[in-house]
Amino acid sequence: MQGRGILMTLYDYRQQWFGNIRGDVLAGIVVALALIPEAIAFSIIAGVDPKVGLYASFSIAVLIAFVGGRPGMISAATAATAVLMITLVRDHGLEYLLAATVLAGLLQIGAGFLKLGRFMRYVSKSVMTGFLNALAILIFMAQLPELNLANPGVTYLTYALVALGLAIIYLLPRLTTAVPSPLVTIVVLTVLVVVMDWDFVRTVGDMGAMPDTLPVFLIPQIPLNLETLLIVLPYALAVAVVGLLESLMTQNIVDDLTDTKSSRDQECIGQGIANTATGFIGGMAGCAMIGQSIINVKSGGRGRLSSFTAGVVLLILVVGLGDLVARIPMPALVAIMIMVSIGTFSWSSIKAMQVHPRSSTVVMLATVVSVVYTHNLAIGVLVGVLLSGIFFAAKIAQLFRISSTLSDDGRTRTYVMEGQLFYGSAEDFTNAFDFREAPDHVVIDVSRAHIWDISSVQALDMAILKFRREGAEVEVIGMNEASETIVDKLAIHDKPGAVDKLMSH
Amino acid sequence: MDKILALLDGSEYSESVCHHTAWIAQKLGADVDAMHVLGRREGAAPTDLSGALHLGARSALLAELSSLDEQRAKLAQAKGHAILEDAKAILEQDGVPSVKLHLRKGDLLEAVHAVEADIRAITIGKRGEGANYASGHLGSNLERIIRASKVPVFVASRAYTPIRKVLVAYDGSASAKVAIDRMATSAAFADLDLTVLCIGQDAGKAKATANAAVAKLHDAGITATSRTATGEPGDVLNDLVAAERFNLLVMGAYGHSRIRNLIIGSTTTAMIQTVKIPVLLYR
Repeated sequence: MQGRGILMTLYDYRQQWFGNIRGDVLAGIVVALALIPEAIAFSIIAGVDPKVGLYASFSIAVLIAFVGGRPGMISAATAATAVLMITLVRDHGLEYLLAATVLAGLLQIGAGFLKLGRFMRYVSKSVMTGFLNALAILIFMAQLPELNLANPGVTYLTYALVALGLAIIYLLPRLTTAVPSPLVTIVVLTVLVVVMDWDFVRTVGDMGAMPDTLPVFLIPQIPLNLETLLIVLPYALAVAVVGLLESLMTQNIVDDLTDTKSSRDQECIGQGIANTATGFIGGMAGCAMIGQSIINVKSGGRGRLSSFTAGVVLLILVVGLGDLVARIPMPALVAIMIMVSIGTFSWSSIKAMQVHPRSSTVVMLATVVSVVYTHNLAIGVLVGVLLSGIFFAAKIAQLFRISSTLSDDGRTRTYVMEGQLFYGSAEDFTNAFDFREAPDHVVIDVSRAHIWDISSVQALDMAILKFRREGAEVEVIGMNEASETIVDKLAIHDKPGAVDKLMSH
Repeated sequence: MDKILALLDGSEYSESVCHHTAWIAQKLGADVDAMHVLGRREGAAPTDLSGALHLGARSALLAELSSLDEQRAKLAQAKGHAILEDAKAILEQDGVPSVKLHLRKGDLLEAVHAVEADIRAITIGKRGEGANYASGHLGSNLERIIRASKVPVFVASRAYTPIRKVLVAYDGSASAKVAIDRMATSAAFADLDLTVLCIGQDAGKAKATANAAVAKLHDAGITATSRTATGEPGDVLNDLVAAERFNLLVMGAYGHSRIRNLIIGSTTTAMIQTVKIPVLLYR
């Protein structure tokens, strides 16, 4: 489907909605159950009522079903975006969170129209793995307050309940895969706590207001001035970047799992529209969710209908059965979130540390560490991308060799450069010349080298100058061929065989 | 521009498509390209509704889905080869000397587009695989092909009967004019019993319209008789075809915009659905 991009045909779109009705509806129901704990848990983390996250999850999941680029991917209120907004809510309140959500959405729409999705190619595999692992750790760490005995309501019984929940989640599928095990966990733990009258166990209702009505349109109550913008913008920017990163990464994963291609730009715009609209109904920003998307694909969800169903079922559950949802004990949600965390973590990356080159392990770990330290996935990705760039430059700098010969009469020294000459190898280049020697003529043959940037041109100029100061005549051979690569964009596509020609010398 | 493209999907219609293709190919002295397109892989996911994510859930799921896809793709490919081999046998039996087989993957329209340059007509069955589920319902790919095709599309009915009597539904529209022009230059219609039918409330006007088409055919050395009728086009055509045992209906396709068709339905689609004989469509 190359080149179709945003302009897909009506036929394709209809197919994406109704091509897999039974599978999508069933998967949507299963996914809704995994959305609720994350929405509730991370509303609490962000410091707002559970209804803010639940409304957001409903609105994002439903809207992205219409405007998203990747059918079968689940988006809702997520951990990754929630952790960015903790300080905003603490310092300025909910209304600013809503404003930041709207602004983040607008930024994402802009990114979509500027086709920034293409820059995902510079996010290497190691950075992505680091992102996943960091996200898994963030999700797990967010559960720790519920397991901290110092908090009211948390006792050893909490541990027992979480353990029971995990046991149901992981052991039940061995008996049957026809019922969602998270649902069974919720039901069993809720009934158990109610029947045993353990009313000191924390429940969802203790965490804040649940949705009691359908969401309504409202405009965030903030002063519309520059000061507000400056408060909101840094958060909105971080949310927009992290949201797009996780969405595009999840999109990659779903593309791979289903062996289909989808449009990144459309996904960026879709995420933006979903977030903008969500801010106006009192929901917080979200993005695609890796764990829930995997659950969706695993349960047979492939089309847009799965995300739509998940959102609608979620709303029906929390609004219609709000009183029951409020009685769900927190340990049940903690168990489900631990499962999501385990499913998100890339366990193979730990084994791979032994076989992968050390540089890729360093990139992965640096990404994880900077995220866990800052709680900002965008910073982690930035660190990872910078490091992989440096490592790559260091690797390519090795593809440089300089050899020299002295003529029989001892008067002419010829230096032959081969390989890649750029800022990473410029220092080796300068060090290779022997300025203490005193030949009459110096020939620098660069015809078999590639000059990639200004650093290397400058290094060459300096070398020539130094030889002249020592009184030598300097001649540079093959400068034209060597400097073909210095332009920003190599115009090789229009000349057949041009790449071969470039690589040959 | 000298090949007939037969689109086959292994449904009950495929055999009839082959016979019709052979008939056209012999009339025109053309070669035949037989094509089967393996659709996009979709559906048939594992039904694990446990909603649980184990350690390494992603790689396990990827491995599971890939192996399922692999099995299905191999099966589909074997089936596709079998369909094409069968088609070749039928076509050769019917006397077509040169049959080329194409097994392609992906979307039907894209596959057709790839070979479009040197084909002169497309043959396709009225309905596709799974045709028995909703009888009277058109194959979903058929309308897309008819709309996208630059060459005439021959829509084969379920059973093959040798073609002698041909009914041309003519309304003077642009695509109907194209139909007459193309027929006039085609070798296929020379020795057939042609009737040009114009349906309209104004009998005189209809007569004139039909006569103009007949005259055009006559100039090209093809004899045809003109007829007129009044009433709902679908009913009139259907009754006439049944009463006088026509073997082929020729008409222009899809005169109206997609939007209009979406709301009021298209005469073309309705016509292909109601008549029980093959339909040749020009666009």
